[in-house]
Amino acid sequence: MDLINVSYDSQIPNNVGLSSDKKVLKALEKWHPGYINWWNDLIPQNFQDSMVYLRTAVSVDPKGWAKFDYVKMPDYRWGILLAPAVEGRTIPMGEHLGEPAWQEVPGEYRNMLKRLIVIQGDTEPGSVEQQRFLGLTAPSLYDMRNLFQVNVEEGRHLWAMVYLLQKYFGKDGREEADDMLVRSSGSDDSPRMLGAFNEETPDWLSFFMFTYFTDRDGKMQLESLAQSGFDPLSRTVRFMLTEEAHHMFVGETGVGRTIQATLDAMNKAGITDPYDIAKIRDLGVIDLPTIQKKLNLHYTLSLDLFGQEVSTNAANAFNYGIKGRYMEQRIDDDHKLQNDTYPVTSIKDGKILTEDVPALTAINMRLRDDYVRDASGGVGRWNKLIAKSGVQFEFKMPHEGFHRQIGVFSSVAVDPDGAIVSAEEWAKRQDEWLPTKEDGAFIQSLMKPCYEPGKYATWIAPPKVGIDNKPGDFEYVKLHMA
Amino acid sequence: MNQPFKQHLIDPEICIRCYTCEMTCPIEAIVHNDDNVVVNADICNMCMDCISVCPTGSIDEWRVVNTAYTVEEQFGWEELPDQQDIVAATDGDNDQDDVITQLFAQAHAAAGGKAKAPATAAKPTINMYNLGKPATASVQGNYRLTDGDSDSDVRHIILDLGSLPFPVLEGQSVGIIPPGVDGDGNPHLPRLYSVSSPRDGERAGFNNLSLTVKRDEGGVCSNFICDLSKGDSVQLTGPFGATFLLPSDPAAHILMICTGTGSAPFRGMTMHRQREMPSVNDALSLVFGARSPRDLPYFGPLKKVPDAFLKKAFAFSRQNDTPKQYVQDKLREDADSVAALLKDPNGYIYVCGLKAMEVGVEEALSDIARSAGLEWTEVRDTMREDGRYHLETY
Repeated sequence: MDLINVSYDSQIPNNVGLSSDKKVLKALEKWHPGYINWWNDLIPQNFQDSMVYLRTAVSVDPKGWAKFDYVKMPDYRWGILLAPAVEGRTIPMGEHLGEPAWQEVPGEYRNMLKRLIVIQGDTEPGSVEQQRFLGLTAPSLYDMRNLFQVNVEEGRHLWAMVYLLQKYFGKDGREEADDMLVRSSGSDDSPRMLGAFNEETPDWLSFFMFTYFTDRDGKMQLESLAQSGFDPLSRTVRFMLTEEAHHMFVGETGVGRTIQATLDAMNKAGITDPYDIAKIRDLGVIDLPTIQKKLNLHYTLSLDLFGQEVSTNAANAFNYGIKGRYMEQRIDDDHKLQNDTYPVTSIKDGKILTEDVPALTAINMRLRDDYVRDASGGVGRWNKLIAKSGVQFEFKMPHEGFHRQIGVFSSVAVDPDGAIVSAEEWAKRQDEWLPTKEDGAFIQSLMKPCYEPGKYATWIAPPKVGIDNKPGDFEYVKLHMA
Repeated sequence: MNQPFKQHLIDPEICIRCYTCEMTCPIEAIVHNDDNVVVNADICNMCMDCISVCPTGSIDEWRVVNTAYTVEEQFGWEELPDQQDIVAATDGDNDQDDVITQLFAQAHAAAGGKAKAPATAAKPTINMYNLGKPATASVQGNYRLTDGDSDSDVRHIILDLGSLPFPVLEGQSVGIIPPGVDGDGNPHLPRLYSVSSPRDGERAGFNNLSLTVKRDEGGVCSNFICDLSKGDSVQLTGPFGATFLLPSDPAAHILMICTGTGSAPFRGMTMHRQREMPSVNDALSLVFGARSPRDLPYFGPLKKVPDAFLKKAFAFSRQNDTPKQYVQDKLREDADSVAALLKDPNGYIYVCGLKAMEVGVEEALSDIARSAGLEWTEVRDTMREDGRYHLETY
């Protein structure tokens, strides 16, 4: 790629008039080579040289944005695309309710907005870094393609946040944009800002659980930013949400297909007891109790991302009109919450209680509740697969107090059913509830690449529908053979 | 509703309840409860905005029904109902689609069966613009391609789409709506023309496309187009065509056979390959027929493309001092390469031009196949089913 004479209006598809916005264009031009370097250093070279069947957004029109074609990832057209402006849009909540949405950053909220954008932006490259080696163990070309689609779109989401920083936050915005490429997942000196984005993604089940549970937190955060009174932010994340749906899809169907392969193998071998773990593992599939442990782990790590249950920061963000609730427009209340209450869990005298607190301070809790509901849906659909197969087993979402590092539950040990237990008891039984080293090693032992079109590793079932309606043996990635 | 009609449904076994379709629907025809996301048939106007945003493919489900499934019925589904035994009636709104479908059916008729796109072709966008909602383009250029003293007037027309999304792939066609009304006082229907530029624009990175149009005496649309001047506005429909497309596979071997303005799609395909994989040699061959070099569109630029990148054979039927030659003669001259292509699982054949060329090409390919110990109709059917034999004649 010619980095010096990049034709920006064609290299960066955009609907923000970049070519006439010299200042931002210059800032992006300075940032772009660093981004390309980051990308090129990240993912193994033979994948960079492979042709991947990706969808690229070329316009925000519903008919123009999902163009499928073979692309080499470094040539992917990372664009800056905002959902179309809604004429006459007003601020949907808080003390500025009903006032025209801001087209520029209001001075008094500048720092708060910048911080939200930086935190959101920091997660995007973080997850690509966590997933960088997964291509080497892809269970199929189909899954490899889905991984890379997630990766390039997270990359685009970084672009989207960098654009906002460079366009609206002057010099310190540009510095924050540069820092996004300096911090690195798992680094000792400059780690990513949120803990969950410094954990490794060592295997594909972890990746699917991550996209199902952790990306869903991202989706809820984006949903609340989509309500923002700062219109450019709202428009940016509304378009990102369309792409985020693919990540949810990868997670839900990835876990679902893992479960399906286990059920099929058990039925074929005539095993009815889901706890006959050694026998089931011998079939080259992941037993359901281990999948439950993975669920427990990723679900609870993701719950921590919602922060403190009661938070004045969250109250301020809502009140100032910067961050709304999930589907704010569909909630039937005054959207100011000055006199409302909301039930929040707390711990008093060693007991888990629910108490009503001012609704404004419980914004995080409410978003987390919406998240729990949203996340339960897919778990229910996984259980339907099990019910259909005749195996007696059901996945359960652990109690929200289980295995928590942040919020009211961080001070106590809670078992998956929601009973407070002693630290000794927890330590003794932890291996029943969370994946052990041995579980991890077993899953790792199944991570063998399967690169033949239409073929899948033993532990995962083929998808029911191809991407872009392609037939089963479609070559989603044309691997570069060096 | 007494007439059978197509109802839009969502497959509850595939859907992940991300509600992206619901957010995208401009008229709130999509709703959900705790179980399912469903389309309300009373509201849906089939604008298709929800189709491409769905990450799962669950949204592209249709059933022909006499009475629509209600929202409540759909909320209760765990799987889609089977299609009932009903024949769909065509209503007035679909007339235009039917006309286009018929045109393509006629154009592809001689291929011996239903056309299929190459497996690795990019996914085409079709029917984005129609008579009710046409796209407006402005003319960027209109150049005569044939010699001034040739009596055939073939034009290269460049249309600028401005900021309008109009994604086309090489081999697709667009409709041009000539202004005015026909003898019965009805507005003219669009005429179809193959796009002759590659997908990323006549000029790379620009939102423009080119057409190759021959002036037909008395032709309403061709005269309208050939007389256009820079800056004029043109109403477009389309894009159309979902099978006559280029494989993305660099290993594909492609034989293109054309006469006259049938060269349009091959110009686009060749340019696309030049831009995307300029170093892949010995993969493209072109057999091009015209009356004489003066009548052959793009003769000058074509000659400049290196033979290693694009092998070229020209057949001239009215050149002084030389015997008449047609494309089939050129195919026979190079029978060995053609036979090798017929046997190659990565071999593709494209034919585009006047109906009159069909018989000659078909005979030549049959003869070449026979000498190589193959049965042409079998080879043709296999290739067509594989998306490797494409014929478009008019």
